[in-house]
Amino acid sequence: MSSVSKAEEISGDPLLIAENWIEAGKDVAIATVVETWGSAPRPTGSHLVIDGEGNFEGSVSGGCVEGAVVSEAMDVLSEGKPRLLEFGVADETAWRVGLSCGGKIKVYVERLG
Amino acid sequence: MDPLVLKRLNVERHARRAAVLVTDLGDGRDQLVREGDKITGELGAAIEQVFKSGKSGTIEADGRSYFLNAHLPPPRLMIIGAVHICQSLVPMAKQVGFDLTIVDPRGAFATEERFPDTQLYADWPEDVLADHPLDAYSALVAITHDPKIDDLPLKAALDAGCFYIGALGSRKTHAKRVERLAAMGVSQNAIEEIRAPIGLNIGASNPAEIAVAIMAEIIDAFRSRGLSKSGGVHQGGKAA
Repeated sequence: MSSVSKAEEISGDPLLIAENWIEAGKDVAIATVVETWGSAPRPTGSHLVIDGEGNFEGSVSGGCVEGAVVSEAMDVLSEGKPRLLEFGVADETAWRVGLSCGGKIKVYVERLG
Repeated sequence: MDPLVLKRLNVERHARRAAVLVTDLGDGRDQLVREGDKITGELGAAIEQVFKSGKSGTIEADGRSYFLNAHLPPPRLMIIGAVHICQSLVPMAKQVGFDLTIVDPRGAFATEERFPDTQLYADWPEDVLADHPLDAYSALVAITHDPKIDDLPLKAALDAGCFYIGALGSRKTHAKRVERLAAMGVSQNAIEEIRAPIGLNIGASNPAEIAVAIMAEIIDAFRSRGLSKSGGVHQGGKAA
């Protein structure tokens, strides 16, 4: 019996959603902000959870890098090995995906199970 | 992450118990540490610090790199008084992420129609508190304006060390409240913990604006808990 109630899932708690997804037999990746510098939009410890079809809940930035994290998560799901991603204005990739707030973040992406 | 670790973490969070999830950034292994668990070495000291500060972070310990994710219980708000201000305060507090409990023994106020989808008790606060004890992660707002209803939960909140305790009423009303609480045996130091008049001074002049002033004051108290109380926004006047 899951500890997760419907009401809690509606509240958008990424870790409860991840538990529900894995119990429903989905592939699930969890992305976590593990370090921030400057004016990062989401604090350290924030989660984005992604299923095997690219559905996601939660956030690791103000919407700037979620797309890139989701696509990396697809690779993590297929390979099974965690990745440590870094985004910042000095980084060309980050600029392209738009972390224009002047912040810099490190995001750890791992497979659940 | 191990799905079993995630499940255990969610159980702890659901039960309002503090936990730290430790992830070894080298090999991806994770471990759930509950408050009071004994972990030795540099890692143990770092985990203890995270329990205290509530701040997650990446650390180096014993030659390895770890991410420590703090999961402290979400703040809870108990509102005594299902009044007009409460109707504005409830949706805001939900948005901010507080667990909410509303208590008012007056059945005419505490109705489903006025507070849909909210944990609502048309009972005396002492009866509700017996089943829902307050803790350091709780805030209490007393806004019935009736000493028979407000006084006892205010004392209970002081005893429980709530991070925020606010009471509605003018300075004159509060002066009388201070006398009653002192007569109940509450110390002067403890009484000074009560925010009264309630809410930040933003010139709030109707129930919705007063609710904003209260919510802002609660957030400020939560984010600065454990820090020095000198200075800051409480030096100015109050809203209501």
